Amino acid sequence: MLAFVLRRIALTVPTLFALSFLTFVAIRLVPGDPIEVRRGERGISPERLEFFRHELGLDQPVWKQFLDYIWGLMHGDFGVSIISQDSVLREFLTLFPATLELSLFAMLFAVVFGVPFGVLAAVKRGSVFDHGLMGVALFGYSMPVFWWGLLLVLFFSVTLDLTPVSGRIDLLYYFEPVTGFMTVDSLLSGQEGAFSSALSHLVLPAIVLGTIPLAAIARMTRSSMLEVLEEDYVRTARAKGLSPFRVIGLHALRNALIPVVTTIGLQGGTMLAGAVLTETIFAWPGVGKWLIESIFRRDYPALQGGVLLISTLLVLVNMTVDILNAVINPRIRHGR
Amino acid sequence: MADDVALAPPSPARALWADFAVNRGAVLGLAVLCTILIIAAFADVIALHDPMIQFREHVLQPPVWAAGGSWEFPLGTDDVGRDLMARIVHGARFSLFIGFSVVVVSLAVGVCLGLASAFMGGLVDTLISRVMDLIMSVPSLVLAIVVIAIIGPSLANTIVAVTVVYMPRYVRIVRATAQAELAKDYVTASRACGVGPFRLAFVTVLPNCLAPLIVQAALGISDAILEAAALGFLGLGAQPPTPEWGAMLSSAREFIQRAPHVVTLPGLAILITVVSINLMGDGLRDALDPKLKRS
Amino acid sequence: MKRTLTTGAATLLAMLALGATALQAKTLVYCSEGSPENFTPALNTTGTSFDAARPVFNQLVEFERGSTNVVPGLAEKWDISADGLTVTFHLRKGVKFHTGVNGFKPTRDFNADDVLFSFNRQWKDDNPYHKISGGAYDYFSDMDMPKLLKSVEKVDDYTVKMVLTEPNVTIMANLAMDFMTIQSAEYADYLLKKGTPEQFDQIPVGTGPFSFVAYQKDAVIRYKAFAPYWGGKSKFDDLVYAITGDATSRYAKLKKGECNVMFGPNPADLEAIGKDTSLKLMSQPGLNIAYWAFNLEKPPFDKKEVRQAFAMAIDKAAIIKDVFQGAGQAAKNLIPPTIWSYNDKIVDYPYDPAKAKKMLEDAGVKLPLDVDLWYMPKQRPYNPNGKRIGEMMQADLAKVGVNAKLVTYEWGEYRKRMQQGEHMTGQLGWTGDNGDPDNFFFLLGCSAARPGGQNLSKWCDKGFDDRLNEAKKLTDKAARTKLYEEMQQIAHDEMPTYYIAHSVVFEATTKNVVGYKISPFGRHEFYGVEIQ
Repeated sequence: MLAFVLRRIALTVPTLFALSFLTFVAIRLVPGDPIEVRRGERGISPERLEFFRHELGLDQPVWKQFLDYIWGLMHGDFGVSIISQDSVLREFLTLFPATLELSLFAMLFAVVFGVPFGVLAAVKRGSVFDHGLMGVALFGYSMPVFWWGLLLVLFFSVTLDLTPVSGRIDLLYYFEPVTGFMTVDSLLSGQEGAFSSALSHLVLPAIVLGTIPLAAIARMTRSSMLEVLEEDYVRTARAKGLSPFRVIGLHALRNALIPVVTTIGLQGGTMLAGAVLTETIFAWPGVGKWLIESIFRRDYPALQGGVLLISTLLVLVNMTVDILNAVINPRIRHGR
Repeated sequence: MADDVALAPPSPARALWADFAVNRGAVLGLAVLCTILIIAAFADVIALHDPMIQFREHVLQPPVWAAGGSWEFPLGTDDVGRDLMARIVHGARFSLFIGFSVVVVSLAVGVCLGLASAFMGGLVDTLISRVMDLIMSVPSLVLAIVVIAIIGPSLANTIVAVTVVYMPRYVRIVRATAQAELAKDYVTASRACGVGPFRLAFVTVLPNCLAPLIVQAALGISDAILEAAALGFLGLGAQPPTPEWGAMLSSAREFIQRAPHVVTLPGLAILITVVSINLMGDGLRDALDPKLKRS
Repeated sequence: MKRTLTTGAATLLAMLALGATALQAKTLVYCSEGSPENFTPALNTTGTSFDAARPVFNQLVEFERGSTNVVPGLAEKWDISADGLTVTFHLRKGVKFHTGVNGFKPTRDFNADDVLFSFNRQWKDDNPYHKISGGAYDYFSDMDMPKLLKSVEKVDDYTVKMVLTEPNVTIMANLAMDFMTIQSAEYADYLLKKGTPEQFDQIPVGTGPFSFVAYQKDAVIRYKAFAPYWGGKSKFDDLVYAITGDATSRYAKLKKGECNVMFGPNPADLEAIGKDTSLKLMSQPGLNIAYWAFNLEKPPFDKKEVRQAFAMAIDKAAIIKDVFQGAGQAAKNLIPPTIWSYNDKIVDYPYDPAKAKKMLEDAGVKLPLDVDLWYMPKQRPYNPNGKRIGEMMQADLAKVGVNAKLVTYEWGEYRKRMQQGEHMTGQLGWTGDNGDPDNFFFLLGCSAARPGGQNLSKWCDKGFDDRLNEAKKLTDKAARTKLYEEMQQIAHDEMPTYYIAHSVVFEATTKNVVGYKISPFGRHEFYGVEIQ
């Protein structure tokens, strides 16, 4: 077991190295000069441009730049944003909790609704309920996220005036971030109404981001549950006269959930991609929106560091899912 | 999925159809998809107007069922007075074209790399597998955006970017199934008969890997359409005045309150297309993969 | 599960109740459009960054809120010598810097040292802050300050003498611009000792009506009223910039009372805002121009008749109606009518596709003609939607047998390539900085026609350029007016650039905001505004 975990961890090291190489090369392939953004709308003198070029090390040979970059990475230096002159890592870390909070709530939403719906559909297999639910899930699974977000805003925020349009909390409330999670910080601040404000800002973005995972989880739960319900031990339990609730709740569900957990892990990665769109629509100050804006602002160091950080995170998540899978299911670790 | 023992040799089309037709949803999906294909093919005949012509007196006219609408523009007009129906109908061409091209290119590249990986093994296998892992470790939309940033936004480049993002799936599937096949007796037998490696890979082994590949390809079309629409929405896809659905939706976004149809209708077109493809894909999977059949 | 639902409903109710009492505090929330780069205006070139720094700072002389008039700021009064070369500033006494921001406690009032520091940081290489935060002082060099300034000296604590190398009519207006913001020399020293000089541009300390509280990137900037402000304490207590990139969201927030003032409403929403009784819609003609430049270096645009034909092919009225949604005025000159010397006698080319086509054929152009049409990738105050204008022009050109290919690049790249002259035709625009006609007409001058220059038509007309240079040296307004009027006639006849529109700047506030004024420079200023 330990050997498997170590092997799996060791596998990520070359991946991470290759990843930093890939981002480095990719960013340099983007046409145009990163210095240009310093030009502003009114032009800049050539001497000034040279100075910046030198300051950012762009006058060095490319291999030297790469070594400097790797050297910096090993010391936790992901570069400095051209636009804000702030450390890329610090920018990422201040924005990341917002993305994480949104993703967690979206996942919560997806699991809380997805699993029961999947179970119900499996139990009432073939019923109108089953067909209806799976139909809805199919639509959820096929949803263009950006469009869905716009529709929900139009309906709930603009027409019904039930939820805020964008942002993380009503601006009336102000407190220093402690955890970076608005829901937690608002409680810590002790300000009346702050928590409900933070929560109400989360509702729509979490629904939008959670829609596809919800549909995926519901579908997976249903098919996994159907398989388990066919198993002998479930039939035996039924035959013993146990109440259907106990059979499903205790025996079937526990086993049916194993592939569902994997799905949840995989959806975590999808969420990072989905967060880009969701954050853009809801002006949610997270890393997804920041990445997109870095591209539009042509903030190359931020883009390079941001892509690397997000991908590293994804690699680590996948590694954890793999290891967890191996823990649950011994067949895997021998299979490799 | 790797449980290939149960996989029968390629069944005749009729048997496949029989399995497929059991699933009413799948047939419905196929029917809708065919309709969309026909619409796309005959877009010039179906559309009442040229999708590029701007009717300056009819800017943002609502659809026929809303107050102020008329049959002249059944789905209303967009922000510069172009017939929305004509644009949506022509947009079907672009979306389907993107979806199919991405899948065809990914399939071609995926099959070659996947077979190479499985047959050559060793360094080639490691290299290909690692690179694919690497690509898959970057969130798909972020990767697509970076690719677009490098090669510039256009319809053709959208296809390139989305292909780069989705190709690793095909490589992985081909590699995994081919490796499983390689261990089987018929391959050993062919080898013994002196079948060349090239023929072995493409003629002997590949047909037996097709089932999971077809399922993935069918579902891949819808993923590609969604991804391309998202790029269009971010302004990084097809360039104006191309009537691509995602781009249409995004350029009319500011009118969502005044003229909701310019946002809702292109989005609905995306949704219907993707749903029908997914319905069909699900049916195909059930038909091809007996393990999941009728579950 | 049922429990979760009830709690959810309860929170929802609590939330709604809260919404009702939302804005009872004396807070003004401004829905701005983007994050500032930093808080030192001298380093920046964007209105967004200037707006973010403005509450915190003052200049020696300032633009009166809502106008282009120059009024005293930190300099109470000033004398100009007879030869126009020496300006003596008499500084205001008893002006306090913000205290307690970033742990800094000022020990003295504002004085001449702060003025010298603010000049020298941008001007002198040996200033310890010259190279901090990238150290690009674009405006300072762009307004020719290094060439114009001979010396800036401290006479005593409250007197500063500035000597120029040549008389300049626009110098006072230049000093009122944001880049000449006066910052605290003592704070600069304090941070230098602490070893964190870069904080100087991130955590600002100034003399302005509001002191800086906090900034969360892409989310919010907070300020609070500075009680000892020399002009008197602001009439509201807290100022908040809610950074909301999307105009539709900004409008929705304004409608729900989540903000009091919003930046740039969508033209599409103007009608609805005007009808909404809980909101106020204000407008003012903008000091700007949106134009479409023909590159004379690329045939057939070297032919005057071709350029004129293109001008007649475009349905300008439709663009004003559908893109500007009425929030714009068709342009026939480079300068907007609010600037003096505007030549109203010019008659714009009519929209006449038939004649345009004939002119093209007469000029020997083989139709269909393929051209490219560059459109702006982003919204600017003078152009609400470059893409839509591009699509409309494309459709109009198709009618006269011209196939226009739409092209765009990322904004910085776009401007650079156009300045290099890579385009055949392309859109851009300009917003005035100080209200002087020269600040617009230099765009068509010969010196700007070099590769990389701002003259995107690469048009160099001797008659135009001679007058441009002559007018710069004159101080007599009537004589200058005459020259500028002639130049407008030349530019009209030669048509190097098609003028699209001068936008009308719209801003919306909630009903309870009193005394807000639109700035002709596109600034957003909140000192002096009241909330009822």
